Amino acid sequence: MNWSLFAVQLLNSFQLGALLFLLSAGLTLVFGIMNFMNLAHGSLYMVGAYVGAVVAARSGSFVLAAAAAIAFTLLAGVLIERTLLRELYARSHLDQVLCTFGLILIANEVVRYIWGPFPLSISVPEALGGTIPLFGQNYPSYRFAIIVAGLAVALGMYLLINKTRLGMLIRAGSGNADMVSALGANIKLVNTAVFAVGAGLAGLAGLLVGPLVSVQPGMGEPILILTLVVIIIGGVGSVRGAFYGALIVGLVDTTGRIYLQVGLQQLFERSIAQAIGPAIASMLIYVLMAVVLAVKPQGLFPVKNG
Amino acid sequence: MDFRHPKTWFAATLLLAFALMPAYALLNGQPYYLTLFSRIMIYALAALALNFVLGFGGLASLGHALYLGIGAYGVGILQFHDITNGWLQLGAALIAGLLFATGVGAVVVRLSGMTFIMITLAFAQMGYFLAVTLKYYGGEDGRAIDVRSAMGLFDLSNNTVLYYFIFVCLVAALWLFSRLIDSRFGMVLRGCKSNERRMLALGFPAYRYKLVAYVISALACVLAGFLLANLTKYSSPSYMQWTVSADLIIMVILGGMSTLFGPVVGATTFLLLEELLSSYKPGLFPGVEKLVNEHWPALMGMFVIAVVLSSRQGIYGYVAGMRRR
Amino acid sequence: MKTKAVIAALALCMASLAQAQTPLKIGFLAEMSGLYGAPGQDQYDAFMMVVNANGGKLGGVPVDVLKEDTQFKPDVASQIVDRLLERDKVQLFTGVTYSHIMLAIHKKITDKEVFLIGSNAGPAQIAGERCSPFFFTTSWQNDQLAEVVGQYAAQKGYKRIFALTPNYQAGKDFMAGFKRMYKMPLLDEVYTPLNQQDFSAEISQIQAAKPDAVYVFYPGGLGINFVRQYAQAGLKRIPLLNTATTEGINLPAQGDAAIGAVNGSFWGPDFTNPASRKFVADFEAKYKRIPSQYAAQGYDSAMLLSSALAKVKGNISDKKAFQAALKAADFQSVRGDFKFGNNNFPIHDMHMFEAIKDGQGRLTIKTIATPLKAIRDSYADKCAMK
Repeated sequence: MNWSLFAVQLLNSFQLGALLFLLSAGLTLVFGIMNFMNLAHGSLYMVGAYVGAVVAARSGSFVLAAAAAIAFTLLAGVLIERTLLRELYARSHLDQVLCTFGLILIANEVVRYIWGPFPLSISVPEALGGTIPLFGQNYPSYRFAIIVAGLAVALGMYLLINKTRLGMLIRAGSGNADMVSALGANIKLVNTAVFAVGAGLAGLAGLLVGPLVSVQPGMGEPILILTLVVIIIGGVGSVRGAFYGALIVGLVDTTGRIYLQVGLQQLFERSIAQAIGPAIASMLIYVLMAVVLAVKPQGLFPVKNG
Repeated sequence: MDFRHPKTWFAATLLLAFALMPAYALLNGQPYYLTLFSRIMIYALAALALNFVLGFGGLASLGHALYLGIGAYGVGILQFHDITNGWLQLGAALIAGLLFATGVGAVVVRLSGMTFIMITLAFAQMGYFLAVTLKYYGGEDGRAIDVRSAMGLFDLSNNTVLYYFIFVCLVAALWLFSRLIDSRFGMVLRGCKSNERRMLALGFPAYRYKLVAYVISALACVLAGFLLANLTKYSSPSYMQWTVSADLIIMVILGGMSTLFGPVVGATTFLLLEELLSSYKPGLFPGVEKLVNEHWPALMGMFVIAVVLSSRQGIYGYVAGMRRR
Repeated sequence: MKTKAVIAALALCMASLAQAQTPLKIGFLAEMSGLYGAPGQDQYDAFMMVVNANGGKLGGVPVDVLKEDTQFKPDVASQIVDRLLERDKVQLFTGVTYSHIMLAIHKKITDKEVFLIGSNAGPAQIAGERCSPFFFTTSWQNDQLAEVVGQYAAQKGYKRIFALTPNYQAGKDFMAGFKRMYKMPLLDEVYTPLNQQDFSAEISQIQAAKPDAVYVFYPGGLGINFVRQYAQAGLKRIPLLNTATTEGINLPAQGDAAIGAVNGSFWGPDFTNPASRKFVADFEAKYKRIPSQYAAQGYDSAMLLSSALAKVKGNISDKKAFQAALKAADFQSVRGDFKFGNNNFPIHDMHMFEAIKDGQGRLTIKTIATPLKAIRDSYADKCAMK
């Protein structure tokens, strides 16, 4: 058992976990406080990636692209929330799921219309183009930077929620939104703020993933499903849950995928093990979600109600 | 059946249209309509099945496409092993469906709301990835099915015979569900949807009723999957994707969630709209048409949003709500 | 008497002219969008370049090309073929980028005795047991693209090779083809899920395994992602042998990350024969990009159809005559020598190419070796046709 390789795979898992956390933090808050299931979250991720790609190509600056991606998705979030989503808060979850599913269809076509069907790419920023020697391997600096970014955001969210007034309103709102409103706080503004922050984080995630994989229409849906799994496992409405949930899913998906194959190869012929290993690893994530739902439906790290 | 109500006429007309479609297709030299309407009827059957638990049972399943897949693989897997007898294939698929539905149902039926939606999604995804692991049955690509199922008297390789076979299945399902809904079983189920606590207080084992409803609904979907594999001559994991389940829910809502016939209307509208938007070229506004043909999912998305936001009853639901003449 | 004969002859001429006047409907099936769309787009662009250059005709016969996106989904492709055959009355199919799509529709089309002129996918089954006189291809049999790389790897003496492909029909074919010629056991053989785009875990495995060389098949967008991530991990020092990964259409997006990678194919833009030179010049002038092998295949398929249609004067209902006309392959292929084997797959040379930067700073490939000459594919014996 090659322990340094294992350590590197853990890093890869943390990198995926960081991206998942960026996506799930916003989505879980939206669901927890506004009781709203937003499937179009993946589309915000996609839009962030596209805006980032376009700005990076024109300006050559990754930092500028990041700022643009976050700003654009934040504003888009505010816009969508104020117009369409307000209508849906009172409706059933099924209606919300269907309407936001409709939004996904529209977003994919708009993006395809503007930028065409072929993938775009974002260049890795110069400063992060190299590798760092870690655990006997050359680990790409950029991936390491994503882990750092995820941790930074996690810290920021912790401070926001636990140390600021807005955070206090968020915590109160996730317990009892009506009461908060009755006590005079502007719950509508809180909702918009929460949604906007979630959208901005999704946009940031989209930009960060750009230099690794292609930016293309429909890139939001696969990651959306994983994000949903994360927030269910972690506990809806809980940012802490999103953090640990992202970690767990990242581990199962990345490290699990590799070591499951290694294990299967003991039992089966190599090509069979190679073919079914990844599929079983993917299934494991859903098995985990189903078990959590059956045993502890409020999630592993639910919001603590005082 | 209430012959004074416009809804009965509406439903009867649509069914009559289905019955006469092959003649129309023949006269117009468009055998493609047979394929298109066969597909519509299959999805109508699946939507009908889903509506039994969704509209009448209050269980929003985002995982019904799993059973479509089981039906399709029943054909695909057995055919790979040279078993082409359709009755055997259907039987095997139904048994597999029964096992899966009972297993899944036992877990999910306890839950409700968002949790229910997510967990049914989870099981459908598991089914999808399970199908992908089936390396010899095509894995991720799926497999072409060389010959359609041999159903004794019915030669399904003839497109018209297949069409009427599907039609009969659809009508039979309509009859079956109508009897179920009006029966004591159906009333308890509907009671559970409106107020489960009260039903429990009255002594009804709500859990058991919901589980049975879920299994029946799943089996009807398996039949639809069996027919789908025969129509397309293909079995693939893609039949189980969550987007297919979402499409089914849209069809149910579009047609009218708490009506019997609504899903048929919904499926017809949804698939015809899809067909029209993606390939219809009347030649009036070439530029706009090209745009519509290439980007039709955006229009479908807008349509879905409009439907959900506006009427809670769906198209057929609206008709059903009209006064009698 | 003579007048009647003249009138009859004139009538026949008019009839055949009239027949030639109704355009021949051709269904062009390919992926045109998303992660997998670029090869299909190249096939189509090259094909249409020939059609348009001849005023909407091939071999003097007006054609109506119906372009359809098969979306990388076999069941969608199956439905599209049904629709094109039944509703649009298409008389001939061409294109078809991916093997799993080809397998889904090949039997459907050939069973109806409709011609299918493939210009990319060449899965083993249709070169072997399932061969059909109604199928011809101007590309290659899948395994060949990998066999040449395997041969090259064996010749270069690499001992430890780590191989990866996506988990679908073509991936499995290429892996099999590579192993057939390379013959030594592989260090590791990885099949990644088809929609997996981030290869971080696999790349870490490669680093730990310290192979002499890496062999991959990642088409389209997958190839762009893999090569860039591979370079980001500093692995360029390990030779990257590949099939269809660092070629024509992917190179601009891969940029410097691809330089030095070596791939196998039947054609490269630096070929010197007149047909190839003309093709490259025309394509670059029209589309402002260097053509890929997929464009070359699409071009050859259009030229093949031109020659065959001219021979039968547009009358493809005489199937035997059209088959003979196609089999004759009476055209100048961009690859040089071209003839069909018994299974209607080409017999041709296979070369190795290295990714380089050309004089204008663009990424392209240059020929470095020709390990396999005038080879037939490995499945031709399984085909019942002579």
